[in-house]
Amino acid sequence: MMKKGTLKQILLITDGCSNKGEDPAATAALAHQQGITVNVIGILDDDQTEDPEGLQEVEDIALSGGGVSQLVYKQALSQTVQMVTKQAMTQTLQGFVNTELKQILGSEQSMEDLEPEKRGEIMEVVEDLGETCDLEVLVLIDTSASMNDKLPTVKEALIDLSISLNSRIGRNRFSIYSFPGKRKDIDKVFDWSPKLDAVSTVFPKLTSGGITPTGPAIREAMYQFGKKSLLRSFRKNDEQDIENA
Amino acid sequence: MMNKTSKTLDIVVRPGMSLTGKWHKNTYQIKRKLGNGAIGSVYLCETKGKQAALKISDKSSSMTMEVNVLKSLEKAQGNRLGPYLLDVDDWVTAQGTYSFYVMEYVRGMPMTDFIERHGKEWVGVFMLQLLEDLEKLHQSGWVFGDLKSENLLVASSPPKVRWIDVGGTTQIGRAIKEYTEFYDRGYWEMGSRKAEPSYDLFAFVMVFLSVFYPKRFPKGSKPQATLFKKINDVKALKPFSYCLKKAILGKYSSSSEMKKEITNILYQAQKRTTRNQQRHNQRNKSTSDTLPFMIESLGIIGIAIGYYLSSLIIP
Repeated sequence: MMKKGTLKQILLITDGCSNKGEDPAATAALAHQQGITVNVIGILDDDQTEDPEGLQEVEDIALSGGGVSQLVYKQALSQTVQMVTKQAMTQTLQGFVNTELKQILGSEQSMEDLEPEKRGEIMEVVEDLGETCDLEVLVLIDTSASMNDKLPTVKEALIDLSISLNSRIGRNRFSIYSFPGKRKDIDKVFDWSPKLDAVSTVFPKLTSGGITPTGPAIREAMYQFGKKSLLRSFRKNDEQDIENA
Repeated sequence: MMNKTSKTLDIVVRPGMSLTGKWHKNTYQIKRKLGNGAIGSVYLCETKGKQAALKISDKSSSMTMEVNVLKSLEKAQGNRLGPYLLDVDDWVTAQGTYSFYVMEYVRGMPMTDFIERHGKEWVGVFMLQLLEDLEKLHQSGWVFGDLKSENLLVASSPPKVRWIDVGGTTQIGRAIKEYTEFYDRGYWEMGSRKAEPSYDLFAFVMVFLSVFYPKRFPKGSKPQATLFKKINDVKALKPFSYCLKKAILGKYSSSSEMKKEITNILYQAQKRTTRNQQRHNQRNKSTSDTLPFMIESLGIIGIAIGYYLSSLIIP
């Protein structure tokens, strides 16, 4: 069995284009290089078409960030948040498995080149990993003015996401940041925690501003994964596990 | 993303065309589209003179996972829970490679339509059929997950509920793979999304509610109260309301437990109706007994009056 690792994801929830700072696709590429997957959900207004101009950025960021993107109307947000998170997990794990396969089978071989029966066996391994691996999700919420009426739905979707992920065998850590921050690029809304049900109380604190510095926000978010508090909390948990055992 | 996929699929896969698998070289002629799933589309096709259902998608990994489920279900029991799997292959086109699998074509009518057409007395029958299948599935270590009326067809002669989409089937103890909000206990704030028998039993109740509320209903501020009220309001569900509420609350640890209680209710109801019928028959019998007697006595009285009147006229 492969060693159990921790998957790191940034989940960016936005409804428009960045208008300040560096290109968000570039910072997403940087995060991806650090082993962090960047997923993007673009929320559409009810009167918007399914393929609006100006939201091309959503797809670009996810492509550079090695993640999954999806445009969605507010009503379908809960299911989409989960689908995107899970798909990205499978995609990342499959990426690992594909790299291993290339080392074994030669550089031109990938999973699609295997016959369906063998592929089935490999997918079982990927599924096992997805169920048991630890996961860290940093949710990055755009709180520019137009997002205001969407925030209650975002809150519900995130609580729902935590119900789904906590039904897995593997452990989870969530944190929530908003951008633009009051003085910095991003503000901490909710510190790393295994559950999101306590989030209801902190959400009304979000205040909406005018600018959308998506690029700088992704860069800042990337650094939050290295924070010592996180390491400490994991270590503490491990000790507890040992004590419990 | 999902929309884009089915749109490009509609362009590439068209009725009348044939496609041949890359690995097993079987050819399938596409007849018509049967529906869209969460991943990919399902088509009616013909191969070697026989009809079959073909599911195709560009999401190779998700398709592989579904095939894995179908295979383990077949391995788990002789009794077929899902559709029978016939072939798994890839289809190479200029636009890219698609994964597909071919399964038995289950001909039937959606359960809701069937009950509407043939009567509410089928509710109890289908409840027992479904619980029996769920029992077998749970015993072999799986949970159905995405149990909903759209995934249930009634095959005919004799009418039997069949499951047509097993994409959500999840090993017990894991996180539910696929679900639909209305049927999901997590959405109704009545529990987790961990794959356990009680998850399916919650969805089971929602399946029967959906039969009587085809337009569904909103959650409201008190989800549990909403569900209980909706159960109470359906006359056909009255006899089962105690069991249905128990399942909503997650109080059944197995489907066999629930099946036993529902069987009991149906048995009692049957006894009651036969008893009523007997009583009804008896009542009919007693009036039929008395009727000739009354006619007879009326006749005698009539004749008596006749004699009396004639005796008055003729002195």
